[in-house]
Amino acid sequence: MNARILPCGPTAVVIEVHGTDQAIELSMWLRARELAGVTELVPAATTVLVQTSTAAALAGLDALVAEFEPTGRPGITGQLVAIDTVYDGEDLDDVATAAGISVEAVVALHSEATYVAAFCGFVPGFAYLTGLAPQLQLPRRSSPRPRVPAGSVAIATSFTGVYPTASPGGWNLLGRTEATMWDDHRERPALVEPGDRVRFVPVGR
Amino acid sequence: MIEICDPGPLATIQDRGRHGWAHLGVGHSGAADRAALALANRLVGNDPDAAAIECTFGGLGLTVEVACLIAVAGAPCVVHVVDGPPVGHQQPIAIPAGATLKLSAPSVGLRTYLAVRGGIDVPAVMGSRSTDTLSGVGPPALAAGDRLPIGAHPGGAVPTEFAPAFPESNERIRLWPGPRRDWFHDDALRALTTGPYITQSSSNRVGVRLLGEPLRRTDSRDLPSEGLIEGAVQVHADGQPLVFLADHGTTGGYPVIAVVDPGDLPRIAQARPGRALTFRWR
Repeated sequence: MNARILPCGPTAVVIEVHGTDQAIELSMWLRARELAGVTELVPAATTVLVQTSTAAALAGLDALVAEFEPTGRPGITGQLVAIDTVYDGEDLDDVATAAGISVEAVVALHSEATYVAAFCGFVPGFAYLTGLAPQLQLPRRSSPRPRVPAGSVAIATSFTGVYPTASPGGWNLLGRTEATMWDDHRERPALVEPGDRVRFVPVGR
Repeated sequence: MIEICDPGPLATIQDRGRHGWAHLGVGHSGAADRAALALANRLVGNDPDAAAIECTFGGLGLTVEVACLIAVAGAPCVVHVVDGPPVGHQQPIAIPAGATLKLSAPSVGLRTYLAVRGGIDVPAVMGSRSTDTLSGVGPPALAAGDRLPIGAHPGGAVPTEFAPAFPESNERIRLWPGPRRDWFHDDALRALTTGPYITQSSSNRVGVRLLGEPLRRTDSRDLPSEGLIEGAVQVHADGQPLVFLADHGTTGGYPVIAVVDPGDLPRIAQARPGRALTFRWR
């Protein structure tokens, strides 16, 4: 495909694609190739950062990227992660009101979708999950909370996600999970990695 | 064991950093001045991956329980060994068991590395012993009373060498084009290499904030967050640049106009607040 390859110093480039789905797919496609000298592959909203250990490792990257054809189905190569969720979040009523639907309908919409982890950011292991129902795509809260507990399941703009650690946060809180989203002593520190698919499974409190 | 008596303004454990986790939101961290860490390790015969103590503006005080060999490199500090004569930096120093030593404030520069033969042997987290002050991964910043294990001796003789002088230089810092250079007016690209830009006291291991001629953008679009690297020069809404150091976030939402040449990054990491920096396109 045609992608813009933007310079980023002597040993990195930013590859700009069309949209988040392509960024996920391209980063998974490149990662699967285990390219010599590539030290980091960082998908983001519309880009993939490729960082290498030497300038020579960047040679041939443009030809390789030209071979990439997006399938439009990001996440098909990632793991499927089910996250048990208690839907008792502080912002459930506000979200229902803003969306013009019942609380039950909010929970149904949020838990029926299969999401794709697009990229991590904000804090380690915080995956931005795409695939949120359009009715639930609401702005962040007008003022962020100083402390959102670890495991909070939340939505904002076109994303849903789970706070992996307690932190300040402005997303709308729908519920919580007991799942350990982040443990830097685990072999796989992040429960959800970019490219994984995620489902939220409603459970009783 | 080493016991910390006084961490000074900020002391952390640092090695060459943790790599391969940026897609999970964990950056490289590691020594802000990688060259100075490498020199301190070499002077005591350590493996280049050994962890040392990074001191910000000196002031570190510690006691060693067993006789050991140390070296300090980076911003030059005088090492005061209690009951002994003060000794200089960039040389191996034999410390007797039970001795207490204290680093002065550096005469120039900001960050000093204290390596001990064998390395600081705290447990590695995700492949590194470095403290990442942004993500919280790795050991916390050092505090009085902390006890740090020393690793096994690597064996072999300690190399003796003429250590290079601390690179305090007024040469222009070399810049490579950044991914969003075309978001800026030509006059911004000129202004950045005219300077000077003054380092601000709000700087830390995440980045060095600069104040100088504002860098005007051609439009005010929001940038969707994209990946960042050490040395990236990000320009905020007010037009002022920030150069990212070791503990930078893995993504950022402001355009990156330029990237500092990796060979010049130690000079950014060693720039005290109030220092005038100038740049040139390479």
